[in-house]
Amino acid sequence: MADYLDELEHRTDASDPTLGDTDIQNYTINFGPQHPAAHGVLRLVMELDGEIVERCDPHVGLLHRGTEKLIEYKTYLQALPYFDRLDYCSPLGMEHSYVLAVEKLLNLEVPLRAQYLRVFFAELTRICNHMLNLGSHVMDVGAMTPNLWLFEIREDCLNFFERASGARMHSAYFRPGGVHQDVPLKLLTDIADWLDTRLPRLFEDAMSLVVDNRIFKQRNVDIAVVSKEDALKWGFSGPMIRGSGIPWDIRKAQPYDVYDRMEFDVPVGTNFDCYDRFMVRVEEVRQSARIMKQCLNEIPEGPIASFDRKVVPPKRGEMKRSMEALIHHFKLYTEGFHVPAGEVYVATESPKGEFGVYLVADGSNKPYRCKIRPTAFSHLQAMDFMMKGHMLADTTAVLGAMDIVFGECDR
Amino acid sequence: MGHSAPRIATIDGIAEEIGTLLGSMLIETVDHADELSFTVAREELANAMVALRDGAHYQQLMEIAGVDYPDRAERFEVCYHLLSVTRNHRIRVKVSTDENMPVPTVTHIWPVAGWLEREVFDMYGVVFEGNTDLRRILTDYGFRGHPQRKDFPLTGYVELRYSEEDKRVVYEPVRLAQDFRSFDFMSPWEGAQYVLPGDEKAGQAPGAPTPAPAPPPPPAAPKGDAKGGTPKTTESKSDTGAGEPANAKAAAKSDDAPVKPEEHTDEGKGTAKPEDKA
Repeated sequence: MADYLDELEHRTDASDPTLGDTDIQNYTINFGPQHPAAHGVLRLVMELDGEIVERCDPHVGLLHRGTEKLIEYKTYLQALPYFDRLDYCSPLGMEHSYVLAVEKLLNLEVPLRAQYLRVFFAELTRICNHMLNLGSHVMDVGAMTPNLWLFEIREDCLNFFERASGARMHSAYFRPGGVHQDVPLKLLTDIADWLDTRLPRLFEDAMSLVVDNRIFKQRNVDIAVVSKEDALKWGFSGPMIRGSGIPWDIRKAQPYDVYDRMEFDVPVGTNFDCYDRFMVRVEEVRQSARIMKQCLNEIPEGPIASFDRKVVPPKRGEMKRSMEALIHHFKLYTEGFHVPAGEVYVATESPKGEFGVYLVADGSNKPYRCKIRPTAFSHLQAMDFMMKGHMLADTTAVLGAMDIVFGECDR
Repeated sequence: MGHSAPRIATIDGIAEEIGTLLGSMLIETVDHADELSFTVAREELANAMVALRDGAHYQQLMEIAGVDYPDRAERFEVCYHLLSVTRNHRIRVKVSTDENMPVPTVTHIWPVAGWLEREVFDMYGVVFEGNTDLRRILTDYGFRGHPQRKDFPLTGYVELRYSEEDKRVVYEPVRLAQDFRSFDFMSPWEGAQYVLPGDEKAGQAPGAPTPAPAPPPPPAAPKGDAKGGTPKTTESKSDTGAGEPANAKAAAKSDDAPVKPEEHTDEGKGTAKPEDKA
């Protein structure tokens, strides 16, 4: 007790400095795993000097479900729905990489209408994803209203997904060889109306509250500046690398499906900070809408999946008439199709960045190895150097601008 | 036209260019499905990566993937996927290793490799020499084993639940309600190697000598020993000297009981009862 009283009166001897003396220890705190601004289950162990972040050690893996291991025990078609559940904010972006990887191994040609539909819905996914990210980013730094407005757009998007595939989020709509079902004409006209009227009105309204807002800028401008060199070294991709001023977009550089027919601009940042990353995403929404309109203008009539009956199951009506079709259907849904041995790495521009699938096939009906390259994994790793010297309150802005979803990061 | 996967720029002579760049570090070059894979010597990995980044302008390391081939002498393959944003090209660099041989780290070339190497270590147990922060990353705190290895069961070894008694999460060995089932769908007409049940003789050459006759059945056990407690055929009332039942009531009760064993024995032991067949 005497020590304690000494401490209270600041009577310390020089050999053992304790309270109120020069030797001050850094303070270590846990951010998460349950934190509304952590966008899921992220645990950040942060070392603070006052309110300045000295070190930031993200602990991930709290949502690890062993997706890659599970896929090794599933047929190629059964593995597809796992991709919806990786990044549950942009499911079709994940599926896109996987089906392209399988098609590349099979060297399977996809009908043009299916390619258009894929691009169309991949861009709708991008809008849907950015609505969630922009909204939550804005909310993380203190504004409430834009998030609610943007969620209204997201709700529209999810309704469109439901009308196309039957599921709001986990669509399983892209299949090796094409898409699962054709879309009704009414859905396309409804989306066209939505793109012309509702989306720009709601989106621009919400953005008018944010982009020039003084508080929003104070929270984001000059926060977590990442130079071009750092962006390359840390494996950035997507809006993160474009926010760092590198005009790199896989849709432009290595076009897949019908992206080579689309006309769109790639926005890049000039200041390399969180505000730039936010604005890159804002512009991407407008460009996505532009791509979708082009798709609607150009989309041809025709089949929506390959006619290769060793890969794509026949339609139900065909099964009623043809024994061959019945056998194919049975074989494809029990045994699945065999993929020739080989290995491919296919990366597409998912809304969050480069989402890659490294697929090793051994000639059987199951993938020998399916390595998923998540976007968030590389971005989150850079958290440490991006946070260094920033305030604790900037953590949420940096996290929001990274656009991290833990289903994908942890797999 | 072929597939519609990302169309990567084809650079003429890129394989030869990298071949000369890597020189003796290169072991094998594979060009499959428009993708180039270079297998390099494990000890030279870091030097090869520096050469590829500075000499061939592969600025970005996008991914490190481990693959397990249990049949090989060096069972693990570590695949590095490199991207050049200036040349718009991707290549794959591979090294092979086993549980004990460390792979040189590339964290000093690309800091992003830190977590990617941690993941390969976590999933496969491949050690990266020079990575200062080689902790587990995706699995649970205190996890044991390397789950992506082919000999690690899909179900794992432990499961956890919240225990109402202990008021905490407890770990227990996995208990499966039904056996784990895995069907390989290999067809014997398409090169499957295993022997189907009942097909054991199919592999023998035609005209092979007939198998040796089955060994003679063992000598029959002495009667009465086969079924312990079964009354012998001689144990009829006259043999045992049992008298008539004392009164009518007892006679009614034991009317069938002593008689039944005799009926059984008369039928003989080899004959199966109808309900035995069911």
